[in-house]
Amino acid sequence: MNAITPPPGGNSHAVHLISLSINGKKHELEVRPWTTLLDLLRENLQMTGTKKGCDHGQCGACTVLVDGRRINSCLTLAVMHDGAELTTIEGLASEDALHPMQAAFVKHDAFQCGYCTPGQICSAVGLANEGRAHSSAEIREMMSGNLCRCGAYNNIHDAVQEALPVCRGEGTA
Amino acid sequence: MTAMQSPVGKPLDRVDGPKKVTGQAQYAGEFDAPGLLYGSAVSSAIARGRILTLHTEAAENVPGVRLVLTHLNRPKMAGENDAYEDMDAADGAPFRPLYNDRVLYSGQPIALVVAEDLEIARHAVSLIEVEYDVESHETDLYAQLDRAHDAPAELPEARGNVDAALAKSDQTIDVEYRVPVEHHNPMEPHASTVMYFPDGSLLIYDKTQGTQNSQAYIEQIFGLEGQVRVRAPFVGGAFGSGLRPQYQLVLAVMASLTLKAPVRVTLTRQQMFTFGYRPRMSQRLRMGASADGKLQAIEHSVIGQTSRFEDFTEHVAEWSGMLYHCDNVALKYSLVPLDVYTPLDMRAPGATEGVYALESAMDELACAVGMDPVEFRLANYTDFNANEGKPYSSKELRACYAQGAARFDWNKRSAEPRSMREGHELIGMGMATGVWEAMQMPASAKAALCSDGTLRVSSATTDIGTGTYTVMTQIAAAAFGLPVERVEFRLGDSSFPKAPLQGGSFTVSSVGSAVQKACDALKEKIWEAARQLADSPLAQGAVDDLRFVDGRLQLGDSPEHGMALEDIVATCGPIEAEVDGKPGEAREKYATATHSAVFAEVRVDEALGTLRVVRIVSAVAAGRVVNPKTAGSQIQGGVIWGIGQALQEETLIDHKLGRYMNHNLAEYHIPVHADSPELDVIFVEEHDEIVNALGSKGVGEIGIVGVAAAIGNAVYHATGKRVRELPITLDKVL
Repeated sequence: MNAITPPPGGNSHAVHLISLSINGKKHELEVRPWTTLLDLLRENLQMTGTKKGCDHGQCGACTVLVDGRRINSCLTLAVMHDGAELTTIEGLASEDALHPMQAAFVKHDAFQCGYCTPGQICSAVGLANEGRAHSSAEIREMMSGNLCRCGAYNNIHDAVQEALPVCRGEGTA
Repeated sequence: MTAMQSPVGKPLDRVDGPKKVTGQAQYAGEFDAPGLLYGSAVSSAIARGRILTLHTEAAENVPGVRLVLTHLNRPKMAGENDAYEDMDAADGAPFRPLYNDRVLYSGQPIALVVAEDLEIARHAVSLIEVEYDVESHETDLYAQLDRAHDAPAELPEARGNVDAALAKSDQTIDVEYRVPVEHHNPMEPHASTVMYFPDGSLLIYDKTQGTQNSQAYIEQIFGLEGQVRVRAPFVGGAFGSGLRPQYQLVLAVMASLTLKAPVRVTLTRQQMFTFGYRPRMSQRLRMGASADGKLQAIEHSVIGQTSRFEDFTEHVAEWSGMLYHCDNVALKYSLVPLDVYTPLDMRAPGATEGVYALESAMDELACAVGMDPVEFRLANYTDFNANEGKPYSSKELRACYAQGAARFDWNKRSAEPRSMREGHELIGMGMATGVWEAMQMPASAKAALCSDGTLRVSSATTDIGTGTYTVMTQIAAAAFGLPVERVEFRLGDSSFPKAPLQGGSFTVSSVGSAVQKACDALKEKIWEAARQLADSPLAQGAVDDLRFVDGRLQLGDSPEHGMALEDIVATCGPIEAEVDGKPGEAREKYATATHSAVFAEVRVDEALGTLRVVRIVSAVAAGRVVNPKTAGSQIQGGVIWGIGQALQEETLIDHKLGRYMNHNLAEYHIPVHADSPELDVIFVEEHDEIVNALGSKGVGEIGIVGVAAAIGNAVYHATGKRVRELPITLDKVL
């Protein structure tokens, strides 16, 4: 649905105009006050790389980066992010190369079905941006908001451990 | 082609990996269409009764709502049970969504709101009020045991005399193990997107483990023969939840047919608890052993729950009759119908529960006899499956025990419970055996040499995270001596050659064998075409001389008597071959199974009872491993599932309401990163020329089997406390 349909119940809920930078591209968007950032991405913009696993902030599949920091996009309303810089899984790779975290995920087979993967990768990149997770135990603890039902945890750990220093600009591990 | 070059057996990165890490992989609920409508299901609030009135007016009056679908205005559906029987159907009358006013279980879909966007649909759902004629329900297995009836399962005949053998045994145990309801909870909620075409045909993107299963089911129940195509290029996990067509598929098709428009229905996480699950069950084991540790008798009696409308069975007790040598065996299985949905195969269905009970009881008996648990199992080892009266085609379980024990340092374990500790934590070490069938199903495949020289192979199978895209690419590349980059494997489309459901660890065995066969057939066709060419350098050779090397077809080792594959198709045009594969006859004289030995270390806080698994070693004998990287991931995932089963997973029902209480991912606990232990996977060498042409047994299930028993046995070793009801939570340990 690209068009904005009238609000339920015929009430005159305002449609808000927000400005959002998504993966470096400026968007001027009309959003309704109840639209989550996740639904804005998936349903209004057809950016389905960001996943919906629970819609309740319990699984982490919808993790994106707002101004570089991790956020569960299902738990935040789009209207709250006027002027924000948003990075999603679609915005990490360059034209010709995967982001180091994405490459590490492929190398370590850090996924199976792939559905939690965008959220795992965004969380890990967020940890790098935030200067966190400097030990194995911290990686495991701080990544625990991202569920993986396939049980790829140890491979995810190895991928994150290898790529974090690269993401922080510390060279290879 | 030399063995060194073969991509089979190499740890190739997943060929679909780049799509998955960049967000380009599209799942069932992510395909778009102009004018796409969104369906949101209404779930019943009662467990049993009748719908008297559905007040839908308020929902229908919401701007943007296009339809409220109920049993009163749905499209015509088949009236015969046969039409609803899919490839994984249980015995009985399959559930029919929106068929009539009957409510058979809490959470049953009773209406669908279709609207122009998702939020409007969900809002309108909240406006629907339902009046029910409520009937009393029964959902508690243990309150209804007197209603148990024999399961419609073909159990092996009893052998010997269990009672007599027990009476003569030096040590006996008589124990009951209980397992709870568990839900699959793949990360991707079930979704179906139905594209409607002007001629009335449908293209459906479905979350399924069988594109042709969903296709046949929809065609049958709506009378749409030949008008339905189902695709599933990516499936966000399933673990059995996609083996049967689920109700979101039916609802989406109903709405699409009614409105002649594209419709998507995605279930909420809460609704992921409103269809199949691993059933709650009680298992009683009576076992006896002689003083020198020889098994004398095994009786394994299972009572599981099922629905009122279908008798769901799985192989729960069979393992007790085949894993060890024992002359006196009796296996029993009964079911209690409740006002719940029918259970559904869930990762290693039956073995996950049955082997848990058997291997926990084996530990108890080893303790009673005073033997080391590994020694006790070796003392009762067998190469013969007494259930079937056949030898195993291969069984390297001894190597699993030996290599697993060595990697784990099992010899550093002191036998006495509560004898190992570090600080405030008790240390426990336990082990168990795992087993799963190595099945093969009929499957077809097509191989085509395209005009650009690419080898394109296709099958209707799926890749639910198992690595099917990758391993089939490897098998085809190996057959042709091509680099994997020149091979494209296509799957997830009901219009492709026939494939079985993706389950039971038989995809490599079935589809992989068909892929290999299709490649062999294509090779002959290419040669036939090439030798007919004018001045063909291949004209003189015999079929035994053919070599496919480095993208060329040549005779023997002489490149001058050969042609590049792209040159052949440039002249002859694309060449293709389609084959039907079936299990080999050689299998019939043998039993075929995958085995494992699982070793677990746990730490239990003596004062608090908090419990963590710190180390698991899983040694697996699964025949030839096509890709050790993806296969290793399958085993790791299975072990993580075993940790969930052992310590966390339980769907709790409020029997007063007949309704699940913890139907979300905050309260239905699955392992998270911090729960993941040090994890070692070993694939032991196992050669098997009987199981199938590839010698490969499949690894999707074996990883979970035995894990919960190994952990439970480790908890006993740590604490001296035998917990016989899963999950082992701290209240049970204290």
